Amino acid sequence: MSCYLTTGKHLSFYASFGTVLLLLAVTAPVSLGFGFAGAMAARARLTPLSWLGKGYIAIVRGVPDIAFFLFFVIALDQGIEYLLHQVRCPDWTDPIRQGADFVVCDSAKMPLNSSPQWIHEVYGFSLAVLTFAIVFGAFAGNVLQGAMNSVPRGQIETAEAYGMTHRQAFWRILVPQMWIYALPGLSNLWMVLIKATPLLFLLGVEDIVYWARELGASKQARFTDYPHGDWRMWYFLALLIFYLAFTRVSEIVLDRLTLKLSHGQATVGGEAQRKAA
Amino acid sequence: MSCWQTLQDYAFRSLGYGERLLPRGDYTLCDQFVLIGSGMIWNIYFGTLAVLTGFLFANLLAVGKLSKNRLARKPAEWFIFVFRGSPLFIQFFFAYFLFLSLKSVSPIFDPLSAAWLGALIVLFLNTSAYSAEIFHGALLSIPRGDMEAADAYGFSGWKKFRKITWPTMLRLAWPAYTNEAIFLFHATTLVYFSGFPAWRQQGDALYYARYFADKTFNPFIPYPILAFYFILLTLAIVGIFGAANRYLNRHLPQNTKRKIRLRPNLIR
Repeated sequence: MSCYLTTGKHLSFYASFGTVLLLLAVTAPVSLGFGFAGAMAARARLTPLSWLGKGYIAIVRGVPDIAFFLFFVIALDQGIEYLLHQVRCPDWTDPIRQGADFVVCDSAKMPLNSSPQWIHEVYGFSLAVLTFAIVFGAFAGNVLQGAMNSVPRGQIETAEAYGMTHRQAFWRILVPQMWIYALPGLSNLWMVLIKATPLLFLLGVEDIVYWARELGASKQARFTDYPHGDWRMWYFLALLIFYLAFTRVSEIVLDRLTLKLSHGQATVGGEAQRKAA
Repeated sequence: MSCWQTLQDYAFRSLGYGERLLPRGDYTLCDQFVLIGSGMIWNIYFGTLAVLTGFLFANLLAVGKLSKNRLARKPAEWFIFVFRGSPLFIQFFFAYFLFLSLKSVSPIFDPLSAAWLGALIVLFLNTSAYSAEIFHGALLSIPRGDMEAADAYGFSGWKKFRKITWPTMLRLAWPAYTNEAIFLFHATTLVYFSGFPAWRQQGDALYYARYFADKTFNPFIPYPILAFYFILLTLAIVGIFGAANRYLNRHLPQNTKRKIRLRPNLIR
């Protein structure tokens, strides 16, 4: 039994937990960046820019969940190939959309047909990260926009009274103070992000869901690749427990972080800490 | 083929009526609109039944979680934690394979591995857990004055819960509950992605949208159509729940009414 659980395929299964953690580690800061940019754009005084920011946040949040994941992967892939095609093969005359086919010249294929396997995998993974970042960026943008609006107005007015410019007041006063207001929303978002990681499977990355299906299955009734019946139920039970443990740990860590961040803030939480001390 | 013809052939395709073969070759805009719309029947079916049944169970869970009795509190807490702490996607997969293994035990469990019942059960349990958390929060935030007033009027026990606590909880929870309902309808699109097979290609809206996107390599038409349908559905839900919200708040002065703010969430 212990020997069976350490076969090569099982090692890939365990490694795919690493893929999920890596995705979380990369996506969280990137989507925070997207969200920050979106929130900043939505606050901009230049009308078209503010429309752009508000539009980004509103559209991504309004449309149902996984449709976006399915849409962006193909759309991004085709967009990149289309741009490369324009750059690398300017004298190509055939239309790119031929009926039901999307045809670009060979040197514009992403990744190149000749490139090794790991490049294909990395490319697929980065498309997934970008998709996650775009979708979660909109959510983070919404949270940050709210947080920026909840920093007391007096703080900004004071900064302006001291002669700070709009930009200085933003970076030195607003941004350092907004995190405590953003934290409840962001921690909720983190939970949602953890729970969204199984969707990697839909994006064609070989993640834990893929391996659980693969390893648990008995391929055919008579002759199987694996020396057991249909074990997918147990593999998915393991995944379920993995996610439960992960969300529980995150919950505890985020609670501590909230406690730490509300220290010395003009909020109910901060006030309670001050009184207790 | 005219659009009227397409409508006759495919309007109820997702239920198994009309033309058996899905359209092939040249997909017109009309094909895509009709077939994806036909798939919406399943989304509405799953969403509506899960919301209705989940609402009842969620009330029970919320009261259980608030109970001082350990025997009532612990199961409710664990149930809510398990269903809120793990991805719905994994829950679907696990449930499907669980139902498959049950199937080999006894033929009684046969319908469970079909989407119409199996997925509905998962959605029901899931939305119960999320709604119960909302209701639990609302129960905790009922103003103390309301309870004291109820005591002063001599309400107690079941009557107090029925006449005072429960309506107030519902009123406070309603905006968040509206979002939960919208969220649930969005989550119904996961059903056919997670194990549950689409029998004879009778799938939901996303199933058909993906069918078109796969066949045409063009995501720019089917997914916006899907988005269009879902925005309509969301507006309908907001309308219905908004009416309920007005009913729940009808006794309050005009300016203190709580508006529903649309706050759809992503994957659960």
